[in-house]
Parts: sequence; C-alpha cells; structure tokens
Amino acid sequence: MAHAHTVKRYSGLMDWLTTVDHKKIGILYLLAGGFFFLVGGLEALLIRIQLIQPLNGFVDGQTFNELITMHGTTMIFLAAMPLIFAFMNAVVPLQIGARDVAFPFLNAVGFWTFFFGGLIVNVGWLYGGNPDAGWTNYAPLSTGFSGIGADYYAIGLQIAGIGTLVGGINFLVTIINMRAPGMTYMRMPMFTWTVFVTSFIILFAFPALAVGLVLISFDRLFDANFFNVAGGGNPVLWEHIFWIFGHPEVYILILPAFGIISEILPTFAKKRIFGYSSMIFATVLIAFLGFMVWVHHMFTVGLGPLGNALFSVSTMLIAVPTGIKIFNWIFTFWGGRIEFTTANLYALAFVPTFVMGGVTGVMLASPAADFQYHDSYFVVAHFHYVIVGGIVLGLFGGAHYWWPKMFGRKLSESLGKVTFVLFYTGFQLTFFVQHLLGLWGMPRRVYTYLPGQGWDNLNLVSTIGAFFMTAGTIVLLINIVLTTMKPKDQPADPWDGRTLEWTIPSPPQEYNFKQLPLVKSLDPLWEAKMKGEEVPAAEPLGPIHMPSPSILPFTMSVGLFIAGLGIMYANHDFVNQSVEKFFHSMIPVYAGLAIILISMFLRSVIDDHGYHIEVEELQKEV
Amino acid sequence: MNRWLKVGRLLPILLLVAVALTGCSLTGEETGKEINIEHATPLAPQGSVADGQLSLINQSLGIMLTVLIVVFALFFYAVIRFRKRKGQDDIPKQVEGNHVLEIIWTVIPIILVTILAIPTIYYTVKFAEDYSKSKDAVQVDVTAKLYWWQFNYKNEGINTAQELVVPVDTKIAVTLTSTDVIHSFWIPGLAGKTDAAPGMVNKMYFDAKKPGIYRGKCAELCGPSHALMDFKVIVKTKEDYKAWVASMKKPAKVAKGTEKGAEIFKAKCMTCHAVDATKPGLFPNLANFGDRELVGGYLDNQGTDAKKNLTKWINDPTSVKQVSDIQKEKGLAMPTAKQLGLSDSDVEELVNYLHSLKK
Repeated sequence: MAHAHTVKRYSGLMDWLTTVDHKKIGILYLLAGGFFFLVGGLEALLIRIQLIQPLNGFVDGQTFNELITMHGTTMIFLAAMPLIFAFMNAVVPLQIGARDVAFPFLNAVGFWTFFFGGLIVNVGWLYGGNPDAGWTNYAPLSTGFSGIGADYYAIGLQIAGIGTLVGGINFLVTIINMRAPGMTYMRMPMFTWTVFVTSFIILFAFPALAVGLVLISFDRLFDANFFNVAGGGNPVLWEHIFWIFGHPEVYILILPAFGIISEILPTFAKKRIFGYSSMIFATVLIAFLGFMVWVHHMFTVGLGPLGNALFSVSTMLIAVPTGIKIFNWIFTFWGGRIEFTTANLYALAFVPTFVMGGVTGVMLASPAADFQYHDSYFVVAHFHYVIVGGIVLGLFGGAHYWWPKMFGRKLSESLGKVTFVLFYTGFQLTFFVQHLLGLWGMPRRVYTYLPGQGWDNLNLVSTIGAFFMTAGTIVLLINIVLTTMKPKDQPADPWDGRTLEWTIPSPPQEYNFKQLPLVKSLDPLWEAKMKGEEVPAAEPLGPIHMPSPSILPFTMSVGLFIAGLGIMYANHDFVNQSVEKFFHSMIPVYAGLAIILISMFLRSVIDDHGYHIEVEELQKEV
Repeated sequence: MNRWLKVGRLLPILLLVAVALTGCSLTGEETGKEINIEHATPLAPQGSVADGQLSLINQSLGIMLTVLIVVFALFFYAVIRFRKRKGQDDIPKQVEGNHVLEIIWTVIPIILVTILAIPTIYYTVKFAEDYSKSKDAVQVDVTAKLYWWQFNYKNEGINTAQELVVPVDTKIAVTLTSTDVIHSFWIPGLAGKTDAAPGMVNKMYFDAKKPGIYRGKCAELCGPSHALMDFKVIVKTKEDYKAWVASMKKPAKVAKGTEKGAEIFKAKCMTCHAVDATKPGLFPNLANFGDRELVGGYLDNQGTDAKKNLTKWINDPTSVKQVSDIQKEKGLAMPTAKQLGLSDSDVEELVNYLHSLKK
C-alpha cells in the first residue's frame, strides 16, 4: 500500500542530510567523530615525532603549541564526545525498547551543530593559524596574546556545544519518557543508566562552558575586560569556569565508557552484572562528586591551603564509588565463562588500565604532592591512562560489540585482535614512561628539551609507542573497509546478548520494534532465552507513527557556521582588500542569522505530522 | 588470546627493566653530562620542601601500589581461572550481588583515603607557611615575564634575572607575580610549582641543603617559547652569598678593553637593560651577565661557544627564542641588531662587554 506514504523519502546523500532517524544519526556521529579521531591522532603523532630527541627541529614552538591545543580540543570535543553520542544514538533507544528518541528533529540539529562547530575549530588549518593556548585556553594567553585561532576555539566550541547540550536534553527526555512498558528505572541496562547520568551532567556542565566561551569571545571581539587585569578583570575566573565545566566533562566521557564495559563483560562472561544497584549508586555518586572537585586542577593557583585541602578530600572520595565499580566488574566475570572476543579484550583490558589511571588520580589529589606533579608529564600520563586506557578502550570495545547491530556486519575478529595488541602495547609504551618523565622534572607542553636531564631514552620509547598505536589504528581502518565490503549477514543476536537491542534485526528496521516489548526484568532477552521464549510484546500490531525527514537541521547549522565565521572576521585584517571589505560589511553575519531564522520560521509554520507505516507493510517486511 | 593479554600487562615491568638497562637509575640520573648542574628531581630532592613532597609521593604511592596489587591479583586470577574452556557450554550461575562484599570494598577504600588524607592536609598546610615577614629568610620578589624571570631582593635592594642566587640552608621566601600571562615557578629538585599570574600575588618558600646549580622551569604554557623559559637557582655557601650581595651592590665597572662596548651599550641597550644591579630595568638586568650559565634559556654562555651564541642572540633574538606576532606587536620582543643599527663589529664589542660583566 504505497499510498500510505504521504511523505517524501530521500535516498543517497539527501537521505543522510535530512535524516532524523537515531540509527542514521548515530552513524553520522561515528563517521564525523571517527574522522576527527584520526585528525587528533595525527596531531599526536606529530607531537611525539617532535619530542623523539632533545632539541629536535621538526616543528617550531608556535606550531607545536597549535598541535597540542588542537590535539586536546579535537580529541575531547570532536572525537570522544561524538563517538559517545554515536553509541548513545545507536543503542539507547534500542535498549529501552523505543522507536526513536523523544525529539528526532532536535537530534539532527545536535549532530549538525556539532559538525559545523567542529569545522570552525579546524578552520585554522586553512587560514589564520590554529588555537595555540592549550585545550584549557587559559586567559590572558588566549585573550590578549593569541591570534584569530583563539576565536576559532571559542566560537567553534560554542556552536559544537549547542549540539551537545540539546543532545543531552534529548536523551534525558527519551530515557525518562520512552522506556518500553515494564522497564522501570531499576530494569534499565547499565549503558542506558550511564547515558542517563551523563546527560544530567551535560545539562549542568555545558552551560558553564557556554558562559565562559561567551566571556572569552567578548574579551576578544568586543574588548570586554572579564579576564583583563588592567581593566579590572581576573584571569583566574576563566580557570574556575573552565574547570567547573571541565572536570564534569571528564565524567561525561568516562561514564558511558563504564556503561559500554558493563554491557560487554556480562555478555561474554555469560553472567548478569554483579551488584547492579550498587553500580547505579556508584555512577550517580561519581556524577555528583564530579561537580565539587574542580579546584584539584588549580592547586598551584594560590587558593590557599584550606580550599586546597577541602577539594583534595572531595577528590579522593571519588575513588570510593570508582572502586565499587571496579570490584563489581571483576566479580561480574568471576565465576563466569569468559570468551575472549575482540570486544571483550578491550573491556577486560579496560579494568586494570583504568585502575592505573585511577590510582595516579588519587595521588594527584594530594595538593602538596601535586605541586610536583602539576603540569608535568606525570599528569599527561595520568589523564591518558583514563582517557585512552578508559574511554578509547571502551569506545573500541563498543564499536566491535555493536558494529553488527549498527551495520549488519561483524568486524573481523582476527584483525580486531591485531589492532588490540598493537594499540594496547603502543599505549603502554607511550604513556607508562611518561609517569617517570614527570617525576624526573619534565614539564608538559614543552616543544623541546635540553639533553642531559635523563629524559632522552624515555621520550624515544614514548614516541615508538605512538607509532605502535598508529599501526593499530591503521589496521582498524583496514578492518572497517574490509568489513564494509562484506554482505550484511548478521543475525539479530550475534553475541548471545542479554538486552533488548539484540531482539530486533541487525541493522534494525527504521521503526526499530514492530511491537513494543514488555519488560519484566533486567536483561529481558536473557530471561526469555533461558525460558525458551521470546520477549513478549506489549501491544498488538498496529500502524507506526514516524517523523518526517527534514533538511532544516542542516540549514540551521550552516547558518550558524556562516554567522560564526562572519563574527570572527568582522574586525579581522585581511591581506586581500575585497575579502576584508566583504567581512567588515557584516553581510556574512546577517546572512547566517537570516538562514537560521528562516529555517526556524519554516520549522514553526510547516505543519508536519510525520507519516504512518501501515500494518500491511509491516507484515510484508517480515 | 589471553596469552597476548598477559604480555601486554607485563610491559610496564619490561619497560622498567629496559630503563634500568639503558643506564638511568630510577631517579632519572644520566651520568657524565653537565656535571656543573646538580642532579635534582622530584624523586631526588635537595631541599626540605621537595623532601616533604617526596615523602607524600612515597606514602600515596605505597597505598596505591597495594591497591594495584590487590586489583591486579583478583583480575588476573578471575580472567585465567574463569576463561571459557574447550567444549564448555554450561550456563554460569547468575549472581545478583553480595552485600558483604559491597560493604568491604566500600569501607576499605574509605579507610585508605582517610589514611592518605592526614599527611596530605598536614603537608598542604605546612608548605603554605608564610615566611614573607620572617627576618631569617631571604625575601625575593619574582616576576615572570614572557619568557624570562626577574628577581628582586627586597631587603638587599638588588635585582637580577634568570639566575636566582641564594644561600644554603636558609628559607627563601618568594613572592610571585606576572606582568603578562600566567606562568608557573618550578624548581623540580627543591620545591613544587606555584603559579605567577597577572594581578595576583602568590607566596611560597623553599630551601636547599647543599650549594650547587639547580634547574628551574616555567610550568604553565605561556607561548611559543614556553619550553625555553628556564632559570637557574644558584645555591652558594652563606659566606659566598654575602660576598655576592656586596659585589652586586657596587656600581658596574667597565673592564679594560670593553670601553667601546660599554658606550654602544649605553647608546643602544640601556633603555631596556640595566647593568646596575640596584635598578631593575624594563627587561633582564645584566649586571652579572658574564656569570650566567645560559643565553636565551638554552644556549651555553660559559663554554667555547659562548661568544658565538651571544652574537647569534643579539643579531636576531627571535630566531633563538620564538615569539608570537601579537607579542611582537606589543613590543615584547627584543629588536634585532639590524633594527638597532648595530654593525658586526659593534656586536662583537657588545659581546665582549657583556661577557666582562661578572660579580
């Protein structure tokens, strides 16, 4: 019954530009985040090549500072965040038995604003030089002493941050409102739980970043004096704002990785998660404490011993819920029968590696000792253990685990294991020695160093490790390309899974669930399989209401992109007179704003109720 | 595949062995280079503050290694013991959890954290002690500037740059600030970092147990030449220190054969640089330039290349120490010899004069 479709369905490129389907948006996030991950990785490799020997002349100080700034900014905001969002989109609606997220249109807006914001952050590769004040962008280095690159950082992250914030709100509403019948909060899968908590953190942390970036932009573009001492401002204010956002940001990233691990370990140990409710309690507690520890990034700023001591104790306390999680993971596979699939290798390796990053975290929490660790390679080692050893291992594990669900194809297990060995070996080589470098007095963010300080060999080892990680990543890329050429042959439940996403075909139909499932326990699929049944349906077969695709999220974001470029260049001196005249006329700013407003207007006046997929068609697709 | 896993896990230990074999001890010593500089790092401290910090590092490391060993032991036991064996396809018992275990691994970390919190708070308060009013301490105002350090001895009324000369076994009370961006003052072998931020005054102190030359570094990203923003702490015996202060107070003398250089200096350099230690000057005070170890933060100023290096610096300072364009616009870069109208022979005279400035 073709006439049931009163809506246009696009194909090819237009399909991807207009999609509001959470599964396709998840793939878009995966592609964009994966691309930026490669860019950030390349930057890291260049950094390590420069540091391979003392007084190396591969890049100069300015270029090096641009590389470290872009590496950090790209990896955190443009790689880790979107890759987390990729799995949030691809998995959460399936895990809670929903047909889409609560606001599909907004979901697309979130992706496109992130993407165009990310492009602005990277505009410096083409014109004007990159941000160079570190990913922390400390004022006044970033306000009074940086070129236009600092505008790319502030405006680009501002626009990308809109995407993250609306994404977080979207998932909060989705998880609160759209769980399948019977799925109480205490029956939600761990990944969904961590996404739920992460979305809360996004809701409270990202506005702080947005405000901070507005202040930075005002200082730079309109000569405001928020961080200018001569004008009565205070640069330490930026440090506070940044870390009030920045520390929760760490948990925004790591909690979903915790969630991914908590899905993979039970599946491949054939055991339910150990201590489910204490895992949730620990997650919530980490998120809560995560908001009251930001000063531990600022112990050397001079806030006084009492303030430092208080924030020190609150920081150390985070070790308690984190420890609860670690032991619960170990006892999840304790007594199980562990299968060493690639996904599970990543998940298993995550546990001890993350503990190594965690214990150095507790050491760093001690202010008097932190005076020695601070801004040294010890800190670099610490946060790469939690970010690479934690988040990246989690993401790689998640990719291998959910790839069949997202694409209907399984990544090669043998190539996956090659990647794991290369990447993990490289990771330990690169970062373990950096603990020692820090304790031997090597500051971070130095583009070169003098010989004779005992650092030469360890820097060489570290750089060799970076090449191992690169090799591992290249094998992963080959794996993805080869897998993409294979036929879509994966069954609904390739891993003998436990949660709802494995009850529907791989990849799922656009409507996900023909009939919404009825959930009676944690791990509904596992329970059903044990009883030799199927997960019961909560409703009779009926027409399914679907949202219409729309190009407006894309055009809105293009408008933001144009307006963003326009505002940055409105006072910028160009060599080319006609280009300067064009931007100084403010035309791009107005044009960009007009595109946004027209898109919003169209969104408001076009009455689009979506469309229905009729029962006849659903039956045909069996 | 868990065989690979084990190899991966052994790597840290292998690395430690490798490090030991390449000739460095665990404190990061490399033998036979730069003998005139003290080997001092956070792990090999030479002062009471860094000593205390090392003791705190050791205590926390001890507790944390215990945690690591326990977790690793449980982890590897479980991974090896409960691996899937060939033909095994029974379904493991689905355990929901265990209240006793949960309480154990909640309470033990709380105890460990408490144990660590006590020395942490003790040392945090101790190192925050203010010696800025103490008569026994040497009072130094340190001002961090893109990319150099100004040292002003309040009580002695003398100024110097790049090399902080202090007496042994004496508290040095440092008052820190910055005139441009945020920097951080770090003497790895003597004391941890304290930030130097514009519009803010921070206090810290340190001392040194034995005379020698110690490395100091800027530890907060401050621009293209952040890595070169180095300084030295020169610890002298109390007598030598007194003699040094006395000689710094004397007006600068022009050594024989450097009169022409002195005149060129007066005409071209004096606007920014003082050679009289009682005046700070806008840019580094050069009263004892001939004594300094390095020029530009990393080029040798004492050995056979000293002349060549200083000539290079005067001819084109920003080729030695890169500055950003904005810094140049703000007048925070030293002009080249060409911009100052100095001929090659002028530069040679200047180099001779500057190297004659010794205390």
